[in-house]
Formats: sequence, C-alpha cells, structure tokens
Amino acid sequence: MTSFDVTRRQLLAATAVTGGALAGGQFLSGTTPPAAAQGAATAPVPLNVVLRVNETEHRLTLDPRTTLLDAVREHLHLTGSKKGCGLGQCGACTVLMDGKRVKSCLSLAALVEGREITTIEGLARGEQLHPLQAAFIERDAFQCGYCTSGQIMAGVACIAEGHAGSPQEIRDWMSGNLCRCGAYDHIVTAIQDAAREAGSVRGG
Amino acid sequence: MHPFTLERPRDLSAALAFPAHSGRHDAPTEYIAGGTDMVQLLQEHVRRPERLVSLAGLLDNSIDVGPQGLRLGAAATMADVAAHPAVIEQFPVISQALLNSASPQVRNQATMGGNLLQRTRCPYFRDVGYSACNKRAPGSGCAAIGGENRWHAVLGTSENCIAANASDLAVALVALDATVEVRGASGQRTVPLIDFYRLPDATPQIETVLEPGEVIAAIAVPANAAARRSHYLKVRDRASFEFAVVSAAVALEMDGARIRQARIALGGVGTKPWRVPRVEAALAGTTLDPTTLRRAAAVAAEGAQGRGHNDFKIELMQRAIVRAVEIAGARA
Repeated sequence: MTSFDVTRRQLLAATAVTGGALAGGQFLSGTTPPAAAQGAATAPVPLNVVLRVNETEHRLTLDPRTTLLDAVREHLHLTGSKKGCGLGQCGACTVLMDGKRVKSCLSLAALVEGREITTIEGLARGEQLHPLQAAFIERDAFQCGYCTSGQIMAGVACIAEGHAGSPQEIRDWMSGNLCRCGAYDHIVTAIQDAAREAGSVRGG
Repeated sequence: MHPFTLERPRDLSAALAFPAHSGRHDAPTEYIAGGTDMVQLLQEHVRRPERLVSLAGLLDNSIDVGPQGLRLGAAATMADVAAHPAVIEQFPVISQALLNSASPQVRNQATMGGNLLQRTRCPYFRDVGYSACNKRAPGSGCAAIGGENRWHAVLGTSENCIAANASDLAVALVALDATVEVRGASGQRTVPLIDFYRLPDATPQIETVLEPGEVIAAIAVPANAAARRSHYLKVRDRASFEFAVVSAAVALEMDGARIRQARIALGGVGTKPWRVPRVEAALAGTTLDPTTLRRAAAVAAEGAQGRGHNDFKIELMQRAIVRAVEIAGARA
C-alpha cells in the first residue's frame, strides 16, 4: 500500500469522526424532541473501560452511551459485527460473551468489563475457518452477507448449546437472527452440516 | 441516546445509596442491569435519565429449589432459569414462559428483575413521534384509545392507558403466587407479585410499588402441588421471537379425573399480569369435560372491555384458558 492508498475502512472511520460531530450538532437543533434537548448540553463524563475481545485486552475511553457493538466496530475497528436495527431485533450484531451468544447492540460497553468477548474475527484459527464458516461457504448460506457474521456467531452458539438437532429446532433457536435475503434454508443446512462435525463446539 | 452519567458502584449498598427509580417512567436516575429493554428505550429516546446506576454484578444470580419452593436471584438470566433442571421438572410453566420469550441472545442477557420491570410494547409508548402517551408524558392523552389497539389490554384499563404488560414470566409467576423480595437502603420487604404492579388508573407512568432507591433482589415461588402440572400457552403472530397476543399460565392439582385446584393467570390481555380467581373457583371439583371448561373460562370475560381492534382478545383468552387447562390436565 502506498502512502496515498486509503482503505475503505480508514475512509469510513475518518468520515465517521467528522460525520459524528456534525450529526451531534444537528441532533440538538433538529430531530430530538424538545424534552430530550433540555439538559442535552451536559456532556457525559467519559469512562475508562477495559474490554477483552478475541483474547486481547483493550483499554478505551468511552462515552457511557457506547454500546458493545459500537465499541468493537468504531473503536477496535472490528467491523465484522454489523449494526442492523440497533434495537436487538435483527441479530446482525451477535457476539459471544463468556461463550454465550448476546446482542452486542443491547449491552453498554462500560458494563461488560471482565467478560470475554468473541467476535466473528476471533472465530477462525489462523487460516483455518471454523467449521460453520466453512459450511456457510459450502452451502451458499448468504446472499448480501450483511446478517452473515451474526448468523454464524448465533449458529456456533446454537450448536454448542445442543439446539441444532432438527431443522425445526434450529429455526426456533435461530429466530433471533433475521435474513432479509431469505437464505434461511441454506443457513439451516449449514448449521446441520457443522453440527455433525467434530470441532464445531469451539469459539467461545 | 440522551447523554447520561453512568455509575458503576462497587457493591449493592453503594448502588442503593442512589435514589434511582425503576418503578416510574420519568425518573431522572434509573437502574440498569441486563440492559436489553433499557438500551432499546434509551436508543429511541423513550427514556432520558440523567444518570444510570449499574446493578451489573451486584445482585444475586442463584437459582435454588428446596422444600419451601423456588428462589430466583434477581440477576439470574432468563436462559439459566429456563434451562434449570429443577425448574423444568417442578415449575414447568416458568421454564416454558421464559423459552417462549424474546430470542436466545436476549435470554442470555436479560435478568429476572429486569424482565419483571420491562416496559410495555405499546407502539405509541415506544415511539416518541406520537405526542399522546400518558405513560411517557403524563397528561398528554392516550393515542391507543381510538388508535391502532389490536395489541392492547382489555382488562384493568382506564381512560388514561390501555397498554398491556409484556412479560410472559410475570404471568407464570402470578399464577403460582410468587412474591418479590424488594431491597432498599433502609431494608427489605416482600410484596406479592400481583400487588407489585399498579393498575394505570390516573397515573399510568407509575407502574410498580417500588420506591426510589429500591430494587428487586429476588423472586420466591412457594412450593405448590399444582406447580408440576403446569403449562404456558402463548398465542402470538409468529411462532418464535414475538410477544403474546394472548397467553394463559395454568397449574392444576388433580384428584383422579377431577380438578382439586386450578391456578390461572392471563397475559396479553391485562394492564398487569391478570389472575382469574373466579375461573379457578368455577373449575374446582370439575372434570376436564370441554363444555365444563368452556363455561368456566367464560367467567374470565367479566369486566373485559375491548376498544375495537382488540375485541377479539375477549373470546381468544377464553379459548386459551380451555386449551391450556386441557394440556396441563393431560400432563402426567
């Protein structure tokens, strides 16, 4: 990469900083209901937060409003976890916390200190994909790919929990993850494949 | 999110020193535990506290089953309680209510105390684009009365609010006479869960009897012969990851083919979890004969008031009672 090359991610990160500042200003004068704007001028006290993500410790200073999802995406630049709805409905932000699947958009980062977080970036062992990642490729279990990392993290947990016994059971226990492309049939098949493979129960 | 200060106290007594309020909507200081409902409400500007006090790691998360019954620490997660072997065996209605709630991810995060304190799913409450909501902005009116009210309550409503309580867990617990252990800086008190919730009346923004600086510390479910033969029936618009349109929690103690005692609570139809003692009385001593069940279930409709789109719930809740009693009765 020459000095003039800028990755898409770096560009987005830089834009996000300026965009965020602008949005903050517009926010107070524009979209916020009047009652919310009152007192909004008081800047929140930043917090020192130590996060353990993919077996690495990170020391961050965060606005208390920062969700775990925003912390991993915007501060650690681990952008595999996606923000879909930001309200816990779509599952695109699914990560493992102490081995259990959670919606990272519903956790404040400052409140998950000491927990072991695993994101999609922490799933493979070097070049060796997790069996469920390989199964998603083999079974073509995605179209646009936006929900995929959340589906895989939820699927890894689904298998580890022992909830991947039948297609119906998988559908029930994967209901927290939406796929707007409708790749559900292939997602279920990929999870069935991986559940049969030794070594699937890891990653969290 | 509206800016807030986040306190992370070292222990529970430090947390209780903050006059945070979980029981009313407009409190400037609020507690946060699992966060699954709170963060949604913060994201959508429905709640705008100036300060949040974290209870993470400060409350008991144990699950104990003994001769006295079941005790659930307030911080026990929905997933852990639902999967606990003794809960499944001795209090199946609780496990079923939890497994039929939310998504696997949320069940790993959400706590018992937070589940009981989750806010209504009334779309007018959750969308600040609507100005009229007495629960969110006292005195502003109720957009659901005369609006889209298919999801709303038909029991316990007032002219100020018809929002339904959204917790499945609370319905199962109310059927089993659960109590809530409330802890505050000045001590501890025990409140029956059914009295823990307030009817909306003229103050729908005040939802529970919690005082500032009080938290739910634990839930106790007394041992009961009916609890083993219990069932949670949830009727909803899709098979998974959806709130109840109507639900029924039923626990039966049988004497041969006859019902010795029935305990029944309804969800999706009340402004709080709704126990139906008169239906229970009508079922005592009867068999599981469909005509008898139908006649007893009809008593549940007394006092019910539909608002148009939700009229169907009055019939549906009776059918849900019949079905849930049949299923519980068929259980060995």
